Amino acid sequence: MTTSNLKSVYWKGVRDGAPFILVVIPFALLFGVVATEAGLNVAEVMGFSVLVIAGAAQFTALQLMVDEAPTVIILATALAVNLRMAMYSASLTPYLGQATPWQRVLIAYFLVDQSYALGHAKYESSPQMTLSERLAYYAGVLSPVAPGWYGASLAGALVGTAIPPVFALDFAVPITFLAMIAPALRSLAHIAAAATSVVLTLAFFWMPYGTGLLAAALVAMIVGAQVEQVMARRRPA
Amino acid sequence: MSMSTGLIWFIIAMLGIGTFLIRFSFLGLIGDRPLPEWVLRHLRYTPVAVLPGLVAPLVLWPDATGGNLDPARLSAAAVTLAVGYLSKNVLAAILCGGTTLYGLLYLLG
Repeated sequence: MTTSNLKSVYWKGVRDGAPFILVVIPFALLFGVVATEAGLNVAEVMGFSVLVIAGAAQFTALQLMVDEAPTVIILATALAVNLRMAMYSASLTPYLGQATPWQRVLIAYFLVDQSYALGHAKYESSPQMTLSERLAYYAGVLSPVAPGWYGASLAGALVGTAIPPVFALDFAVPITFLAMIAPALRSLAHIAAAATSVVLTLAFFWMPYGTGLLAAALVAMIVGAQVEQVMARRRPA
Repeated sequence: MSMSTGLIWFIIAMLGIGTFLIRFSFLGLIGDRPLPEWVLRHLRYTPVAVLPGLVAPLVLWPDATGGNLDPARLSAAAVTLAVGYLSKNVLAAILCGGTTLYGLLYLLG
C-alpha cells in the first residue's frame, strides 16, 4: 500500500461524502433556526451540534425541552433515538475494530448516518481494502460532512428567527431520510423490513417517548433477516 | 423555554456522553472479535428498519400543518422515494423531492 493510494482513497471518500453536504446543511441550518426560536443561545446550539452531533436526537431533545418534559424523559428519549448507532457501531466493528483505541474514539465520535451508510457500503463492496484505506475513506467522507454540520448549525443559530416558514424547511428532514432509504431497498428482504418499520411505527404510535419506533425497528430487523434466510433457501445452490 | 442555563447544559452534556457511549459500544468494547453470522444478518437491516419508521409520522402528520395530511408534503415524499429507488442517487432524489415540495406549495399555496 502506498501513500498515493491512501490519498486517492481519501479523495474518493471526499467525493462520495460531498453530495451529503446538500443534505446536512439544511438539516443543521434547520436545527440552528428551530433551537434559537425555542430560546437557546448560540453557545447552547453549538453545544448540541458539536457534543451530540446527532440531528434526529437533537430535534427530539429540543421538542421535549420546549414541552418541559422531565429531564430523565428528555435524556432517555433522545438516547433511544440514537440507539440505532449501537447497531451501526456493531456493524462497522468487523471492518474497523482493529484500529488503535484513539482512532476508535474518533470513529465513534464521528459515527453519523452518512459516515455509517457510505463506509459500510464501501467496506462491504471492497473487502480487499486495508485498515488504513478504510480509515482514509472514512476521514474523506467526513471532511465535507462534519464542517458542513458545524458551520450550518452556527449559521442557523445566527440567522435565528429570520427565515420565514414559507420555506418549509421542516420537510428537509423527511426528504433527506427518504432519499437515503430508497436506494437501500435493494432486495425483497430490505423492502419487507422497511414496510414492517412503517406499519408498526404507525401502529405503535400510542406508545410513549419513541419506544414504539424502537419496538417497530426491532421487529423490522427480524423480518428482514428472516426473509433473507427464506429467499436464500429457495435459491438453488 | 423556561429552563435554567445550568439544566440546558446538563442535558447537552449528558446527551453528548450518552450518545458517544452508544457509538463507542461495539467499536470500543468488542474490538476485533468477529460477530456471529446471525447478528450480522440482523444488522444488515438496521437502516431500513429504523429510518422508515422515523420518517413515516413526519410524512403523514407534519408538525408544520398542525399534524394534518398535506398534499404537497405527501407528493414530495412519494417523488423522493420513487426517484431514489429508480436512480439509486440520493442527491437526485433530494432535488426532485425538494422541487416537488416547493412547486406544489407555490401552486396550492
